[in-house]
Amino acid sequence: MTGTLLYGGAIGLVIIGLYAIVARRHLMRNIFGLAVMESGVNLLLASVGYRPGGHAPILVAGAAPGPLVDPIPQALVLTAIVIGFGVLALALALVVRVRQAYGTLDNRAVARRLRAENGEARS
Amino acid sequence: MKSAGGYAPARIRGHERNHGKTVASVLFLGGLGLMLFELISAVPFGSAPMQVGQAIAGEAFARTGADNIVTAILLGYRGLDTLGEVTILFTAAAAAGMVLAGAGRGEAQGQEAGFIFRTAAWMLFPFLLVLGAYIIIHGHLTPGGGFQGGAILAAAFFTPLLASPASPFNHRVAILVEGFAGLVFVVIGLAGLAKGAFLTQLLGTGTPGALLSAGSLPVLYVAIGLKVGSELAGLMARVFGEGSARS
Amino acid sequence: MTVLVAISVAVMLIAAIMAVALRNWLAAVAALSVVSLALSFLFALLRAPDVALAEAAVGAGLSGVLLALTLRRIGLWGGREKKGEKE
Repeated sequence: MTGTLLYGGAIGLVIIGLYAIVARRHLMRNIFGLAVMESGVNLLLASVGYRPGGHAPILVAGAAPGPLVDPIPQALVLTAIVIGFGVLALALALVVRVRQAYGTLDNRAVARRLRAENGEARS
Repeated sequence: MKSAGGYAPARIRGHERNHGKTVASVLFLGGLGLMLFELISAVPFGSAPMQVGQAIAGEAFARTGADNIVTAILLGYRGLDTLGEVTILFTAAAAAGMVLAGAGRGEAQGQEAGFIFRTAAWMLFPFLLVLGAYIIIHGHLTPGGGFQGGAILAAAFFTPLLASPASPFNHRVAILVEGFAGLVFVVIGLAGLAKGAFLTQLLGTGTPGALLSAGSLPVLYVAIGLKVGSELAGLMARVFGEGSARS
Repeated sequence: MTVLVAISVAVMLIAAIMAVALRNWLAAVAALSVVSLALSFLFALLRAPDVALAEAAVGAGLSGVLLALTLRRIGLWGGREKKGEKE
């Protein structure tokens, strides 16, 4: 039951984020979707490593207090969270510049402008 | 029953035209979600067959002397990955700085915050600093470490800037701290070469549970904490758009 | 455990839908921070205190502030998303 909830929550986050990336047109909304999707993947990884009745992977002066949960997914998720913040910051910086250069944040309008500029450059 | 093709009369113009597309994408995403859920249900919750984690949990303390096994994995077993991770963060921060370098000030100029927020920000500063330092230094004993403490350090330096945008943020110092911390990490890694391989643990394992134990791992975590803290604070200050003029 | 997980997952999913659907930008960013906070609570329930700390500090704290600052910088602070964004 708990597992179904956690897996369902993780996949729900991924799907909601994917919707925001695919179906919404505002670039900020696409970035929100990226953040939500990343959260979902992190939750999935962390819940795969869980063991019922396990303790947190912290020893007490060198002795394990009992069976431990799997520490490797936790290390991976820790890495993923920090890198996700870097990706978010870079995406936001690009959004600031796109707004300045094109005056709009509609991803289709930006794509049109880019296509037009590239076409001009080629011809 | 709404038709997915968008043939409802008098609803063809403007954004209403996109209803069919929205319904289709929701259906597609729902199907994708079900498929992913079916795939993941094959991994039994709570008893996934992963043995390497248990093996590492069994021997990590004897080999690294760190009570926190996540720290032992991050710095002892895959220290090179962590160096790569910090490099990625540095690259992202540098790229964001480059992208924003020509961007000028934001549209809304920062104004002084209210009296309560300004006072609270300066009162919080030392406490956040101590909390961040505590979390970094005890990274090998208790939950937390360089990344979490670094984020708190960044918040400590950024909150006063948020309260009074006129106060200077010295990017030069942030870059110096960051470069020095990176240098310490790489030098410790290279010193490990004398004992066999890059980032081999030095200085033995020490007494279990003592603050000065686990050899070079706490030093590495302090370096990571300083690097992450200065990077994040510099990044936020750049996006904030203040203080960049005097860098 | 199951009840707590159910409550946090429900809060998390509702907040995620709000982050995608709310037209007020600042409210959407706040909803995104709520997602991270519920996620951090879930990590704590899953016996991952390191990850919970990182998610609370980086995901709920710094990410939210960074997003809000960007909103201010591109002039969307307190604004609402127009239907069929055209400027």
